[in-house]
Amino acid sequence: MSANFLKNFKLSKTTKNIVRYGSKSATNVAYKTKVAEQINQIKNQALLGGGLNKIDEQHKKGKLTARERIHLFLDDNSFVEYDMFVEHTCTNFGMDKQKFPGDSVVTGHGLVNGRPVYIFSQNFTVFGGSLSSVHARKICKMMDKAIVNGAPIIGLNDCGGARIQEGVESLSGYADIFQRNVLASGVVPQISLIMGPCAGGAVYSPALTDFVFMVEDTSFLFVTGPDVIKSVNNEEVTREELGGARTHTTISGNAHKSFKNDIDALLQLRHFLTYLPQSRNHPAPIRICDDRSDLDVLALDSIIPLEPSAPYDMLDIIHCIVDEREFFEIMPNYAKNIVVGFARMNGRSVGFVGNQPKVAAGCLDINASVKAARFVRFCDAFNLPIITLVDVPGFLPGISQEHAGIIRHGAKLLYAYAEATVPKLTVIVRKAYGGAYDVMSSKHLRGDVNYAWPSAEIAVMGAKGAVSILHRNESDVTEYVNEYTEMFNSPIPAAQKGFIDDIIEPRTTRWRLCRDLEVQATKKLVNPPKKHGNMPL
Amino acid sequence: MTVKKFYKSFPKNYLQGPSIQNVPIFRNFAHHKTPASSTKSFSKILVANRGEIACRIIKTAKKMNLKTVAVYSEADAFSPHVKLADEAVFLGPSLASESYLNIKKIIDAVKSTGAEAVHPGYGFLSENASFVSLLEDEKIVFVGPPAGVINKLGDKLASKKLAQNAGVNVIPGFDGEIRDAKHCVEIARQIGYPVMIKASAGGGGKGMRIARNDDDARNGFQMSTEEAASSFGDNRILLEKLIESPRHVEVQVLGDKHGRIVYLNERECSIQRRNQKIVEEAPSTFLDVETRKAMGEQAVRLCTDIGYHSAGTVEFLVDKNRAFYFLEMNTRLQVEHPVTEAITGVDIVQQMIRIAQGYPLDVTQEDVKINGHAIECRIYAEDPYKNLGSPSIGKLFKYREPNRVQGIRCDSGVEEGSEITFYYDSMICKLICFGKDRQEAIKKSTQALDYYVVRGVTHNVPLLRSILSHERFAIGDINTNFLSEAYPNGFGGHELNLREKNQLLAIASAFYVRNDSRNRVNNPTQQNEWNVVVKLNRDTHTVRISERCDFFEIEINDSKVYKINKMGLNLAEPVTEIKLNGEQAVVQLISKNPSGDYKISYLGTTYDLNIIPKKAADLLHLMPQELQPDISKTIKSPMPGLIKSLSCKEGDCITEGQELCTIEAMKMQNSIIALTSGKIKTVYIKEGSVVSDNDVLIDLE
Repeated sequence: MSANFLKNFKLSKTTKNIVRYGSKSATNVAYKTKVAEQINQIKNQALLGGGLNKIDEQHKKGKLTARERIHLFLDDNSFVEYDMFVEHTCTNFGMDKQKFPGDSVVTGHGLVNGRPVYIFSQNFTVFGGSLSSVHARKICKMMDKAIVNGAPIIGLNDCGGARIQEGVESLSGYADIFQRNVLASGVVPQISLIMGPCAGGAVYSPALTDFVFMVEDTSFLFVTGPDVIKSVNNEEVTREELGGARTHTTISGNAHKSFKNDIDALLQLRHFLTYLPQSRNHPAPIRICDDRSDLDVLALDSIIPLEPSAPYDMLDIIHCIVDEREFFEIMPNYAKNIVVGFARMNGRSVGFVGNQPKVAAGCLDINASVKAARFVRFCDAFNLPIITLVDVPGFLPGISQEHAGIIRHGAKLLYAYAEATVPKLTVIVRKAYGGAYDVMSSKHLRGDVNYAWPSAEIAVMGAKGAVSILHRNESDVTEYVNEYTEMFNSPIPAAQKGFIDDIIEPRTTRWRLCRDLEVQATKKLVNPPKKHGNMPL
Repeated sequence: MTVKKFYKSFPKNYLQGPSIQNVPIFRNFAHHKTPASSTKSFSKILVANRGEIACRIIKTAKKMNLKTVAVYSEADAFSPHVKLADEAVFLGPSLASESYLNIKKIIDAVKSTGAEAVHPGYGFLSENASFVSLLEDEKIVFVGPPAGVINKLGDKLASKKLAQNAGVNVIPGFDGEIRDAKHCVEIARQIGYPVMIKASAGGGGKGMRIARNDDDARNGFQMSTEEAASSFGDNRILLEKLIESPRHVEVQVLGDKHGRIVYLNERECSIQRRNQKIVEEAPSTFLDVETRKAMGEQAVRLCTDIGYHSAGTVEFLVDKNRAFYFLEMNTRLQVEHPVTEAITGVDIVQQMIRIAQGYPLDVTQEDVKINGHAIECRIYAEDPYKNLGSPSIGKLFKYREPNRVQGIRCDSGVEEGSEITFYYDSMICKLICFGKDRQEAIKKSTQALDYYVVRGVTHNVPLLRSILSHERFAIGDINTNFLSEAYPNGFGGHELNLREKNQLLAIASAFYVRNDSRNRVNNPTQQNEWNVVVKLNRDTHTVRISERCDFFEIEINDSKVYKINKMGLNLAEPVTEIKLNGEQAVVQLISKNPSGDYKISYLGTTYDLNIIPKKAADLLHLMPQELQPDISKTIKSPMPGLIKSLSCKEGDCITEGQELCTIEAMKMQNSIIALTSGKIKTVYIKEGSVVSDNDVLIDLE
């Protein structure tokens, strides 16, 4: 086991070289040899983390070790490790007798598809991956470098919680990380992959990062665990129900996506990074594109059903527009009435936002607004153009929505779109009603290119509702409904006013958007100087 | 918004149809001659059908300078046949009974457009005598035989008698009507098992059952009666001796209104599943000149006897001694007519129209030759792995017909973006390949299938290609039981031999590397070697790929080495031609995802491969096993359709093999049988519910 395990992690050549370039003096040679051996020994020990038994335990849980994860995640032989010799400083509770070189986290940088990233991987085999002050310092060192050098920060979380033995020192370590998470926010992409427990204060670091991904069945996120909840509230709940991947990707919205196991998660995370720039100073990446971007896509012509209230799948439209039908959806199982995710257009990385008529008629509610707002802000922060596909009947009416603050939360999406300065391309494919029309990247919010399909209906509200207000006292309103429908249930009035730049045939959408993105690539727009805006949180 | 208005809102050129292509080149038999004075010529024709056959008829009508009118239902608003016709009339809701089967709406459409003739295509109203007589009353020309003839031949009992009278060989059977299940058993015993129970008004395999014992006879009678009632509105049943392992051979006839009748030789349609044809060819490999002549002459005799005109098909069963028996006569254009057109050079639709216009037949029996060999493959939206073809539905997000192969014809009524719904027949296209001999026709067919791109619906191309490469098919050893004999345990896809498997692994690995390497931007230490593990059908293979200047060198399982040229490896094109050690392979990359799953279609079958770096595969054994849900306790819908009947309720104790419900899809009733005994916990459906593929119908405790 040990040999096999170590085989993957070859020691650097320098260790052996020390002997070869040793001093002339025999004692010196002996001394240097001893040091070399010592170094070797420490490094070997560091590679084994908490020891073989702990590694076996980790494997039995269906989890990989911290180093195995880094080994899989990074390009071959690209990992450069930091702080392998760091040890914890705690002396309470006999901790001074238990030390592991490197302590409970592995940190360093390496390459993903040839591009540098900073990474920390918490080592559950050492003190359950618990966060000591040195553990935090190691992470902070990486974050500082990532911010300065402009490279993404990847956290592989697998941590039992604070190092209780250290007391407030451990807490200070958390805060140091939080502070850096906030400073790095909007500067470099920060991604958390939860690959084991992550509880208590520890959850707030992932919560501050741009994306939180989870591994199904083996990862958990919660502020207070089932035991505390049982004793305080007398509520029975399992770990999985409370804070498993399914809960956070469907109910709470704390996590953006989940993967079936460690290997799949790491491979998909590598793929995910290909969509992102290195930092806010880098342009969105462009990849070689095999898919022609100058052809009509016939299938787009028949996606919108004839019946105006019939549902269809917005993903069908997205798949037909993007390169190679490849769409990396974010939060696919949360607030499904809006679809967000990354794709490529003629090789260029872009963010997609689309109302999903298949779920709740694609209306905007609190969850959908918040989900899309956060996504739009990420794209804006990292120079990713935003393509918005609109089919929205309005905001979701209802007492619960009003009382829960749809006004404030809906305003987040409005704020995000209005604030964004990246290229904003919008296609109204069917309904664009009321305030939701304004919100969804309209011309009025500095939309760069706003198209409508012939099936678009842009109006303050549906014809029936409008007529019931306009002709309050009439008994037979059929005629008025028809009149209103004629007047507003088409994209023509909006196009006549210039709020829609052109009415386009669906089949032409892909090549038009690709062409527009080329033109918009040099877009420069700066918001007025300010400390920061005050978005309605 | 109404359908019409929606449609109008598109720009004008949106409505223009695709260019007319793939129309076969016919020998010029048909120069227009002056019609006989007694007959009525016409210049505008309404095609009372949809899909491929509507397109097929409209194309020929246009070539004959006729104005064309299409009709359509809601589901077909965007269909090619609508775009192709000069005019189109909206009929109503998608349900056939409210559109294509609605006689009143069709006749209204004829009148409102001023069409003077109606071509019914096949199916729908094509063999509906009351429709034809209504047309006759209205002085609208029906492109087909007179109502009286349809009436006589549409009834199997009557047609058998007519055939007998005309001196045509018939199958021994019972001449009366079957009263009930008991009577059915009684008669079956008299004739001697095995017997065939069929709907008197039936066709196309609907309402047909084989009975080998009394139980079969009773159940078969029940099912056939119900199916006959729902499909044809006529529940009369007849019974006859079953000819075992017969071939299905049919003779195409053409007759004019002046009493001239010719036969255009035969088609062999023995490859059938559930009595529906999927591969047809002309000529039959089995007939000798004498048998062909005898069959043709009997067919002509029958037509002469009953005063038939227009195109018709006399179906025969042929046993292994080349004895042939009259089965039925179809008084319409057949689905598989193009194979006859291909070998005789006669455009049957054109002839039908000319005959209807009153022109005398300009083809004599001497003109009819057999030139080469033609094979038709029916490409259906169905899952060939389930029951040799269980209907599927979906939207064709990508669709390309194989126009790169010479000598082929695709008759289809769909295009990219079309939706296959369960309202109508699930046929996507008829692929007709013509060669100087059978071998060439088979070769072209397999080639064409390799280039055929159908995405968005499950289709039967894997099965078709497998049939065409089956050794029994190659020597023409076929009969109507061919599929169940060739695939006794159902169809499981093409089985790769070692060479083919290695080729597939090499191709998949090349795709993987192409995909992986393009993500690498500005990499100073460019990776040029990949070690991956490919999983295919539960086996894993280690593959090493090295990048050379213009090719990938791929070593599989440390032995076989392939060279694949980098040029031409495209991850977006639906069909890829790959040079593999200089040899050409045609594959289709169906899909790929970041988890390393690659779906690749090769030799007709789509294979699921998973490709991950070796270092990841080495750790795979540590990952938790994925739990398979216990499927035995849930009963799922095997196909999309309508719940026709429900024969159980919550709390019932059921036994294995018991029927739980029947689903009607594409006009076929399919019983859902319990695979295990147990008690029913929840029933999620009721009669009349519409279900999709894989919907949970019933949960057991």
